[in-house]
Amino acid sequence: MTESTKLPSGKPRIETIEMRGITKRFPGVIANDKADFDIHAGEVHALLGENGAGKSTLMKILYGMYRPDEGEILLNGKPVTIASPNDSINLGIGMIHQHFMLVPTLTVAENVALGLPSSRGALTDLDRVSKRIVELASIYGLKIDPSAYVWQLSVGQQQRVEIIKALYRGAALLILDEPTAVLTPQEVDELFVIMRQMVKDGHALIFISHKLHEVVEISNRITVLRDGRRIGTRLTSETTKQDLANWMVGREIGFAPDRGKVEIGEARLKLEKVECGSDRGTPGLRGVSIEVRSGEILGIAGVSGNGQRELAEAITGLRKVTTGRVFLEGKDITNFAPGDITELNLSYIPEERMRDGMIKDFTIAENMILREHHKMPYSRMGFLNLSDISKHADELIAKFHVKTPSRETHAKNLSGGNIQKVVLAREISRNPRAIIAAQPTRGLDIGATEYVREQLLIERRKGVAVMLISEDLDEILALSDRIAVLYEGQVMDIVPRSEATPERLGLLMAGVHPEVSS
Amino acid sequence: MISDLFSVTVLIGILASGIRLATPYLYAAIGETFSQKSGVLNLGVEGQMLLGAFAAFYVALSTGSLWLGMLTAMIVGALMGLAMAYVTVNLHAQQGISGIGFYLFGLGMSDLLFQKLMGNVETVKGFPKIYIPGLSDIPGIGEIFFSQNILVYGAYLLVPLAWFVLNKTTLGLKIRSVGENPDAADSLGVSVARIRYFTIILGGVLSGIAGASLSIALLNVFQQNMTSGLGFIAVALVYFGGWRPVGVLGGALLFSLINSLQLWIQVLGIPIPSDIAVMMPYVLTILVLVATVSRVRSPSALSKPFEREN
Repeated sequence: MTESTKLPSGKPRIETIEMRGITKRFPGVIANDKADFDIHAGEVHALLGENGAGKSTLMKILYGMYRPDEGEILLNGKPVTIASPNDSINLGIGMIHQHFMLVPTLTVAENVALGLPSSRGALTDLDRVSKRIVELASIYGLKIDPSAYVWQLSVGQQQRVEIIKALYRGAALLILDEPTAVLTPQEVDELFVIMRQMVKDGHALIFISHKLHEVVEISNRITVLRDGRRIGTRLTSETTKQDLANWMVGREIGFAPDRGKVEIGEARLKLEKVECGSDRGTPGLRGVSIEVRSGEILGIAGVSGNGQRELAEAITGLRKVTTGRVFLEGKDITNFAPGDITELNLSYIPEERMRDGMIKDFTIAENMILREHHKMPYSRMGFLNLSDISKHADELIAKFHVKTPSRETHAKNLSGGNIQKVVLAREISRNPRAIIAAQPTRGLDIGATEYVREQLLIERRKGVAVMLISEDLDEILALSDRIAVLYEGQVMDIVPRSEATPERLGLLMAGVHPEVSS
Repeated sequence: MISDLFSVTVLIGILASGIRLATPYLYAAIGETFSQKSGVLNLGVEGQMLLGAFAAFYVALSTGSLWLGMLTAMIVGALMGLAMAYVTVNLHAQQGISGIGFYLFGLGMSDLLFQKLMGNVETVKGFPKIYIPGLSDIPGIGEIFFSQNILVYGAYLLVPLAWFVLNKTTLGLKIRSVGENPDAADSLGVSVARIRYFTIILGGVLSGIAGASLSIALLNVFQQNMTSGLGFIAVALVYFGGWRPVGVLGGALLFSLINSLQLWIQVLGIPIPSDIAVMMPYVLTILVLVATVSRVRSPSALSKPFEREN
């Protein structure tokens, strides 16, 4: 072994980091409970766990964003105190956050220079910074233009800016918090190439994820956290996806949901050349024509921001359709008021469940009648009928296994999974003809995800037409009968499930028609 | 009568007083630009100006030192800024509401102190005109630009200085990033709280100077509510100027020139009802704001309190 102690960036390596007995309490919650973690130079160590397992908290402690209540951190064997991100940066620790920490109105160079001392004292030294960025970019094989504004860059490019930012600060250890969540499959491959190169060069990488196949593909070791505690650490080569999933959840998990055979019927929901705007004033949808039939799940795949939100809103009456028609069971509902569309039995599980799916400061019972509150039996001559509302709530809480202290609990106090169960309960209990489900499992843990998917499949078996809008390709592939790919507001192609592969969908998601590219 | 407006002497007069009248707007609006760039909407500018104006006037009157008056106005503005910063940054107050609170405080406090300490309107001899050697002799131009008092010159020097600080220094980079994405700044070890304290206090100091410029450099009196909405106009000018110092300068000049025009219309006895004339600048502000504001994007984090999520 003739490894040098310097990294290609010229900075020293971090040989080992050990976190021992880390405990972190928040009011009412123990986020980390005597958790241990260690990593050494030249490895990708994956940190795996469900939402709320304490992965992010543990890493935020390592990055100095939180102070631990107990426990110690050892760097190359010596105890260190990390009180702020400044401390961790000085020690050579960098973090790529799930939500990029970039200022869109600044250039790449300005983003990199932010917070660093300048060689010109009080004045910025952006020329020098730009030169160094180009240097680092060529060492690590990252393409980036230092003078570009961040808002001009694609998500994948922005992630590269984040990596450069960390390398510029001399990061020897990088924490990547769910870095693949926002990428296309091709961009994930590119990221993995970069990660492998960095590890070969002596960096240490912590990879946080709940996507098992990615973890298995990229990591050398895997640590699973559950309820704030370390369940175990294994070499990746000595474990299987099934073991990991069971470890994470603490029980057996079925992988492929049971789809069953369903007779596909008439078109329930139909869009004809629909166009509409977006919040940014640019075109949102451009001539979308699709139909969803009784008893099928139509998956809508695409990278975030390619018209998914606009599609859901155009159908549900929340966004004005500029041209084209929307039909529900043959009836033209184009630009109907959302309330009138509700009356026709279209249900909607919105992407932003906390903002659009419920009223945070209302009780669960109230949230469960949001759509039907003005109707019998919940309302009689303008007066709310509290006993029927309570009965309805209790029934749904039991049927959908909502974990809540009572029906009078305010929605904001529930966990993400339980909030989604409340939304599901409300939307499904109406016996809808069609359902629009937008990102229905985003941010949910494995258990809740499994439950939501099951419910959608049950609706499908009942003959409901389901449109599943999701950025999670695995979910799309697991549930859909057909898959439409959205790119820049257009349907690139509609692929039957039997012909869909991640590679084919990935190309379509990137805007490439396979016929054209070859 | 109307033709009187177009004589050379009157035009020079209008321009010269227009340049002069822009002074308080510039100080206050540049200060507000700094705080808004860092994500803080300070609606208390008017109150800070009133207290600054009183402090400067009272100290200048009782000690005979204009500079001591200025310094007091700056300290008073800084203290008002400090209080605003505490309420905004530490207590996460709704900025629109707390700003109005500080305005009302400044309005009431300056009047109370005026009643208790002075009682009747007096005058001081304000900062004298400084004739820039050589330049002030140029016909017309000299009178308009180079025969003003020190605070007027200072206000115009502030514009390029503010541009430079915001765009060319590490401090400016921090201010802009804190106003656009405080989470990002925080993650890089930039203290959002410290930057916002700095810009709010700087805004307070500049508002104090803006007040002082009225009471000991331009009008040389102190009266109850003498700013009469000027501080609020300054806030509007920041929007008008698209959060850029040079834009603020343009807005301040447009506004003060119209103001100067209406003053001269009254002086010359041109038969336009004075109420209408006085209204002109304000009506114009509203029209210009309606026409321009939607074109420029405000700092993303403007008026949003910053708290680390957990």
